[in-house]
Amino acid sequence: MVAIADKAAKPGSRLQFILDSPAVLGTIFVSPAVLYVLVLVGAPFLLAMYYSVSAYTIYSQSYRFVGLRNFIDVVQDPVFRQTLLNTFIFTFGSQIVGLILGKFGALLLLRPFPGRKVVRALIMLPWAVPVALATVAWEWMFDSLYSVINWTLIALGIITRSDAPNWLGNPHLAMLCVIMVNAWRFFPFAIVIFLAGITSVPQDVIDAATVDGAGFWRRNYQIIVPMIAPIVVVGLIFGIVFTFTDLSIVYLLTNGGPVGATSVLGFEGFQVGIVSGDVAHGAAISLFMLPVLFVLVLVMLRSIRRQEI
Amino acid sequence: MSAVLTKDIVKTFADVNAVDGISLAVPDGEFMVLLGPSGCGKTTFLRIICGLERQTTGDILIGGTVVNDIPPRARGVAMMFQSYGLYPHYKIRDNIAFPLRTQRVARAEIENKVEWASNLLGIGHLLDRRPRQLSGGERQRVALARALVREPTVLLLDEPLSNLDAKLRASARNEIKQFQQRVGTTTIYVTHDQVEAMGMGDRIAVIDHGRVRQVGTPTAIYDDPADRFVATFVGTPPMNLVAWNGGHLGFRPENFLPRELIDDSAVTEFSFRVDRSEYLGSERIVYGVLEGLESVQEITAKLPPAHVDQESIRPGEWHAFAVRNSALCYFDKDGKRAIRH
Repeated sequence: MVAIADKAAKPGSRLQFILDSPAVLGTIFVSPAVLYVLVLVGAPFLLAMYYSVSAYTIYSQSYRFVGLRNFIDVVQDPVFRQTLLNTFIFTFGSQIVGLILGKFGALLLLRPFPGRKVVRALIMLPWAVPVALATVAWEWMFDSLYSVINWTLIALGIITRSDAPNWLGNPHLAMLCVIMVNAWRFFPFAIVIFLAGITSVPQDVIDAATVDGAGFWRRNYQIIVPMIAPIVVVGLIFGIVFTFTDLSIVYLLTNGGPVGATSVLGFEGFQVGIVSGDVAHGAAISLFMLPVLFVLVLVMLRSIRRQEI
Repeated sequence: MSAVLTKDIVKTFADVNAVDGISLAVPDGEFMVLLGPSGCGKTTFLRIICGLERQTTGDILIGGTVVNDIPPRARGVAMMFQSYGLYPHYKIRDNIAFPLRTQRVARAEIENKVEWASNLLGIGHLLDRRPRQLSGGERQRVALARALVREPTVLLLDEPLSNLDAKLRASARNEIKQFQQRVGTTTIYVTHDQVEAMGMGDRIAVIDHGRVRQVGTPTAIYDDPADRFVATFVGTPPMNLVAWNGGHLGFRPENFLPRELIDDSAVTEFSFRVDRSEYLGSERIVYGVLEGLESVQEITAKLPPAHVDQESIRPGEWHAFAVRNSALCYFDKDGKRAIRH
């Protein structure tokens, strides 16, 4: 009889057995990700915390501890308070617009029509196009002289050349512009989230609601939306976190202007800390994102758990 | 007057007639079962009645009114789905109340009706739970309560028992039947399970390939099948069919007995060679072939163990079996039932 155990008993392959242990192998597999986060997120974050309580500028590189001085300076600055408010308007404005566009886009894309697959692919473009390119295109559309939007409105006879809006020159319109561009970037993602959610609702439930007398709106807002809420909330958390910390669209489209009307936290932190060289105050400004985001995420995760079905 | 009347309903999906001309009249208060194999179009037909699908041609009348262009909510029908379709984010109370809320019934009235429906089905203690906290049987009752709460003209049930285990299914079957008799709501019940159909239906409509093969009481369906499909679809084991005068001769396994057990002279005799037998407690199923006759499938005989000695029917031997002439069914070459044989 052949002894099958022969092979396993071979000495000298200790390494093989060490790798058999989930504790060892698991640690090896997960370490690149942990290292990545520690080196590229953890270390800069700790550094930022330290800078924010020091008097460090690129002109006088002093690590002198100044306590909460920088934070107090920042909060007392009206520009900062304007920036904080802008950040909230920018974030929630673009999320709301993006969600509404996403919901209706998803409902439209659920219906069968010729060329649906092509449209589904094309609608992903705003999400896929590099933000710098897309924003430059938008910048031309909002340009004070060459705006294609104004040209269209004039051609349609809705406005006259003399009262054509200066999109990026008027503080309110400039905010509207950055919101619209960000919503435009976000809505394909919202469509994907809504499509995934709506297709996961069992047809029987929707049919039951129809027979039970629910029309389009009731079916949507009393049955489908509550059922897909957990998925949508996760998408929304991503959207809020990315928008709240984003500076690219503001930087490229308005450069924070006019007169700080579209300046957001990320942009302000970059301006103060890197462009002006006041690293300590820049770090303090940036750290204001932390508690806000922390609370937001906590509230949302809690609301999901309560609704869990 | 018929509660539901359909006239030549046809539903075409991509050149295939899922429903191919069904005309059916369901009188007020009747428990009508639509029985057929899966994919025969019975569920599609039910969805057409409640308005979830639009028929390609044909008319539907509910309570005497043509409802072809009336949306589901205005048809006065309630439907219970195979997987129940309960709203997972609502409590049971709100699930049952939902059809009333859509009709803008007053709050106090909703409370009364929810209480009435939940007591009727014995789920009053579950009202504050959510669907996922309930067992299969409880969910089924909630779905039924939700269907009944607004007192529909017609209740449509689409395989409501298929998600229950065998034991629960038997009791739920009994419950639904009793319940329907008590409430008296016209009911159309779709199933592929002939036991459910035979046990529950006032009448059964056997459907195959989108057509009604036969409509009749369970007795008529079983004893007087209209064609070969009905004869072989209903009954376990199915009716025996042997080639006969260019058509087929059919007889039920329980009517195919040893000659000496039939105390009658109007019989047709067969020589039956037994191949094997199964003892099932209340009956013995014997499989074999008939001498000189071609049969569609293996011939089976269902014998009462109390009257047939186990030793007397031995595999490999030829036995004299017979069927009463009154229990013979003759089908012509097209499979249709013919009087003469």
